[in-house]
Parts: sequence; structure tokens; C-alpha cells
Amino acid sequence: MRRPLEGILVLEFAQYLAGPYAGLRLADLGARVIKIERPNGGDAGRKLATKHLFADGDSLVFHAINRNKESYAANLKDPHDLEKVRRLIGRADVMTHNFRPGVMEKIGLDYDAVRALNPRLVYGAVTGYGGTGPWVDKPGQDLLAQSMSGLTWLTGSEGDGPVPFGLAAADLLCGTHLAQGLLAALVRRGKTGRGGLVETSLIESLVDLQFEVLTTYLNDGGQLPVRAKHRNAHAYLGAPYGIYQTQDGWLAVAMGCLSTLGTLIGCDALIPFRDEHGDEFLMRNQVKTILARHFKTRPTQYWLGLLDVADYWCADVFNYGQLMNHAGYKVLGMDQVVRRPNGTSLRTLRCPIRIDGDRLYSEVAAPELGNANETLNASE
Amino acid sequence: MKSLEGILVVDFSQFLSGPSAALRLADLGARVIKIERPEGGDICRTLYVSNVVIDGESTVFHAINRNKESYAADLKSELDSESVRKLVARADVVMHNFRPGVMERLGFDYDSVRALNPDVIYGNITGYGNEGPWAERPGQDLLVQALSGLTWLSGNDGDGPVPMGLAIVDILTGAQLVHGILACLIRRGTTGKGGLVEVSMLESALDFQFEVLTNYFQDGNQEAQRTRHNSAHAYLGAPYGIYKTADGHLALAMGRIPQLGELLGCDELLNYPEPGTWFSERDEIKAILARHLSTKPTKDWLGLLEPADIWCAEVFDWKRLTHHEGYRLLGLEQTVRRGDGFDYRTTCCPIRMDGERPRSELGSPRVGEHTEALKREFNL
Repeated sequence: MRRPLEGILVLEFAQYLAGPYAGLRLADLGARVIKIERPNGGDAGRKLATKHLFADGDSLVFHAINRNKESYAANLKDPHDLEKVRRLIGRADVMTHNFRPGVMEKIGLDYDAVRALNPRLVYGAVTGYGGTGPWVDKPGQDLLAQSMSGLTWLTGSEGDGPVPFGLAAADLLCGTHLAQGLLAALVRRGKTGRGGLVETSLIESLVDLQFEVLTTYLNDGGQLPVRAKHRNAHAYLGAPYGIYQTQDGWLAVAMGCLSTLGTLIGCDALIPFRDEHGDEFLMRNQVKTILARHFKTRPTQYWLGLLDVADYWCADVFNYGQLMNHAGYKVLGMDQVVRRPNGTSLRTLRCPIRIDGDRLYSEVAAPELGNANETLNASE
Repeated sequence: MKSLEGILVVDFSQFLSGPSAALRLADLGARVIKIERPEGGDICRTLYVSNVVIDGESTVFHAINRNKESYAADLKSELDSESVRKLVARADVVMHNFRPGVMERLGFDYDSVRALNPDVIYGNITGYGNEGPWAERPGQDLLVQALSGLTWLSGNDGDGPVPMGLAIVDILTGAQLVHGILACLIRRGTTGKGGLVEVSMLESALDFQFEVLTNYFQDGNQEAQRTRHNSAHAYLGAPYGIYKTADGHLALAMGRIPQLGELLGCDELLNYPEPGTWFSERDEIKAILARHLSTKPTKDWLGLLEPADIWCAEVFDWKRLTHHEGYRLLGLEQTVRRGDGFDYRTTCCPIRMDGERPRSELGSPRVGEHTEALKREFNL
């Protein structure tokens, strides 16, 4: 199979997560991605570890996000190095960065400067909060962006205070949006021959993530979200939507008719609640309390047996160990091993997209700093 | 010119995952036609959240389906199917999110569509892929969160599983589909060939966790361990979290604990000079921070931390966010108008192209609002 982006050359000046996640997706889809890194230490993400886990000198986080890429070490403050980088830009299709506003202008690699060098170039820039305004100097960091976006009032239950998403959600969505913009600009370039400028930010991505519930807020007179009192799963959805404790574990129940549910699980207390009266939302705290009491009396498998037969939307709740050992996970072929030439190897995930029926694997591990300098310098 | 101008998307999908992908394509300039059942249309139209109905339909539907047209067709009727086949023959992109097997029965699976339109790009969303024990299970957001391990990352230790409080998996899945479709459009621009793009909700939920799963694979398969309180990321040490202050909440990202002790006037923190302890003793450190930060208002703490360039932020709800100058400058809202003249307020595309945010005044369509016009235009 010919991967869709074969022949596309991407220069990634971006560091940490958001920008490099966009680069990873483009690499997965067939682009050649070269990270442009400082000769001393490179991408600061190489040292940004979770649980202090490293492999071959670089953090696992760096490995996960930068597999299937090459690295070109260059000091952008050195005119000699900068000239070489300019020549690379002349040959590239895409470049990305996530420097704070103003930095690329100082170096002379801002969009207007490089457009003169390469009018076909698609230029992507990620910031924390946009290029102007009172937040320009705020650090573009995931938890801070989550906190400012209002997102933390949707998870957890009423009375919990703000509960953030326990992952770098802003970074990953922002990288996703950057990739979407870059790809759309490449589609256009195919027709017009012109490059373009693509910009997004952590805060814009998090507002977009909340677009459904924010649209409700913008049209319901500006009422702030109210989470359910117990085991909330979505501030705007009624009962039974949520995860319940059972005798031996947990059970997730999505939307469905309350009286049908009452009949299926033998919970007479539910039968009087009628969906057409809007009870499932207005009375959700009462209903959820009844359900929580009822589900606790039997094991998860028992409830799944009753509900599955009727195609009532429910699921077991897994941790990673339970998931990895399940045939439903194994059949996906979702994990892969990546390797460095020096023998270092580690297990990570593949691209989630299948093209023409094929899963997209690549054994190429994240690059050692400057691993492409020799080849690229020689190819000029 | 918008990037995807001239691209015609025929979208059979319902609810959120597929329609959110089509919305992004529409934002970027594609023309999107929803194919809907004549009775009721997209089920999302009646998926009410918090009982808010505007102009007869759910706010969620309005948010996801602005800037689209609707063609009503009963795919079980030969007459209607024939007209849809003619439309599909003219499309650049065809997409759906039915359970495996449904499009085969209706005669709009990839092979059938390709026979009508050889260079079509065909996008398909499932819950769990086309094979394996889960293939027939309902692909619903909360259920995929529950099975994917995601619910053990947010909230605190002892909380049990805490789902992320919006349809995160639907949104991520739609975003991955957009990546694949755009990449195939780029390939078609150079090779003339179409392609098949398949994504599933489970694979997208796993991709979202790729960093922490890469940790899990390497750390001897230890389950995610959230902190006892103020948890924001199971794999990061103190101070990472959100803390209650005397009058609100403060988010603290990475920072050196003794430096925080000095800046905040909290001597107890000086007992943790060794960076390794910021992870291994994070529960204790967070307890000290939580006690200390509760004594003064947020502004006081920000006044001490921001000048020292410590990564911190105030926690906003939507009211404070949307009234902030930083938000207003981004221009992330727009008013759109339905065919009947009804206006509503919603969000815009999070991606800026060539310095401008793509906008469109077109609101969501009524079921079949454009059927007659499309019949005439495409001679259906």
C-alpha cells in the first residue's frame, strides 16, 4: 500500500506534546517528519518524564510521541546552522512550531519570512492562548488551559470542585486540530499550488471540545453546568447515564428508557418514572440513588447478562490489565514494538486509523538527537 | 478560498462521532449533505440534553450539524436508494457510522459505492472494529470510556471509575476520521486514486491514552494510581493538581517543591529538596499544599507565583471564561441562522487559516430541508 502522505516532507520545530502529536499523525500517514532540535538537549520533551521513566536517555513520553521521526540538530542562533535550516525549509512541504509569539520573528523563520523562501509551504503554529491579548505570556500548559476553559466543571460529581481530565487532553486535541488544518491546507495546495498558514491554540481546542455543551449554555440563558450528585458521567444527561458499583466491580450504563431498565433488572422502584415527563433528567439524583442501591446487590456479570439480551446499552468497567487480556483488545493489533539502531526497543501503540484495510505500523523508534544530520547535510 | 472548497461530502452518519467529523470538513470549506430517514432523521435531533430544546430540536444537534444540508431518503425503498446512488456517484467523500453489516445490507458499503464512484474516499466509524467479540456491541461514548481503561485516570484514588464528563471518545474518533479522509484527499490529488478510511471508537480512545499506555507497557504493567486528593494526572508528581483557595481554585502544573515553599511561605515544603520525592511522596506534599493554599484568596497566590514564572492559573467556569477579554479576542462564537429564520449562538472552528477563522452563517437543517433543491441540482 502507498501511504497517503508519501512524499510529504515535514519539519517539526515544535516541542513537548501538542505540535509533535500532529507530527506523529502525519508520520503515521506516510509523511517524512524531521524534528529540528537544539544541539544541546534537543526537544525539552526528551527530559519530561512521567513516573521518571526513561529509555536510552529519553523519556517514555518523548518516545511515544516522536516515534517514526528523524532529528536534525541545529542552533538557530548560529548563522551557519540557520542557513542550512533555511535550505531545508526550501525543500519542505510543511513546518510546525510552538514557540511563544514573537520568537520565530526574532529568528527570522516566521511565516512571512519563510513564505518568501518557499511559497508552497504549509506553516503551522501552536500557542497556548492565541497570538494576542492578555493571555499571550501565560504558559501554554495542559492543566492550566483545562482550568481556564471551564472544562473542569464537567467531570466528577456535584460538590467535588473542579476535576480535570487526567490526561494531556488539551495538548492532544490541539495537535489533532493542527494536523487537520495542515492536511486541509495541503488539499488546497494540490489545487492552487499555494501554501498557507494554520494556527490554533490549547484554549481554542478546549472550547471546541466543549462545543455541544457550550452551545447549550449559549442558548439556555447562561446556566452553568450542574453535575449529578452521585456518580455523575455527564452534567447534561439524565439517569441512568453513569457508572455504578456492583457486588464485585462496576457497571457502566448509558442512555435508555427507565421503566424498561426497571423491568429488565427487577427494580420495581424505577417503573413509575416515565421518560416522556422528562423524569430521567429532572429526577436523576433520586433515580441514580435507587439504581446505585440496586446494582450493589449482584455481580457485574449478572447485570450484563440481563441487559445485553435486550441490547440495553451497558458495559463492564476495565482497568488496563483487564483490557489487555481481553480478546476484544487483542483482535485490534493495537500495540507495536519500536526499535533504535543501537538495539533499544520499547512497546507502544500504533496509529488508530486504518487505510485501505491496512493497519499502519512502523518499527522506527524516536530519533537520537541529530540522527539525520549526516544524511541531510550530504544530500544538499 | 476555504481549503476544502469544491469537496462534496455525503454523510450517512448519526449522533456525534461521524457528524462531528463532517462538521470539521464543513468548517474547512467542504459541502456536507446529510442523508436522513424521512421520519425523524438523525436520532441526535431528539437526544435532548438537560431538557433544552431550541426550535424543536436538541441543542446538541444544532451544535454538531450547522453548516450542512439535509436530504431525506428511506434507504429501504428502491426509488429513494436509486436517487442516493446518483448523489453518491458525484461525491468526493462518503461516510457512515452504522454497526458492521448495515451498509452491506443497504447496498452502500465500500465496494458498492466504489462501483458507482471509483475514486471515492470512503470513511467508516465503528465502536470496536469489524471483528472480534465486541464488533456487535453498541459503540457509545460512556461504554467505550469504561472498557478502554480511561475511567481510572481522572478523579482521586478511592473515587472508583470517573468518566470524563463529555463525549470525548466520539469527538476523538471523528477527529481521527478527518485525518484519514484529508490524507486520502491529498493522495488522490497526486495519484487520482480514492481510498478507504476506517476508525473505531476503541482505537481512538486507546490512542488518546498512548503516552500513559506506553508507560504501562514498560513499567511492569502497573495500573494507573491516582493521588489521594487533588489528582490531575496519575503519572505526574506534586504539585500537579487543582487546589481550593479561600475564595476559589488554583491550578498548579509542574514546579520545584522547595521553590514553591519559599514563594508561598510554606516551610513544610522545604523538607522535600530531593526531586524523586515529588513523585514518591506526592500525597503528603499535596496535603501540605492543600492546607496552605486554602488560607488565602486565589489572587494573592497568583501575585506570588506569576512573577516567579511558576506555571499556575485561576480556575474559571464558563461565565468567567466567556466574559474574559482573552476569550473574546479569539472570536470563538458565531450566530447561525436556520432556513426558517431561527437564529442561535454556537462556537466556531478552532483552526485559523491564513490568519482568519473560517465561519459560516448556515444553521442546522430540518429533516429533508434540501431534498427538492438537491434533486434538481444533481438530477436525482
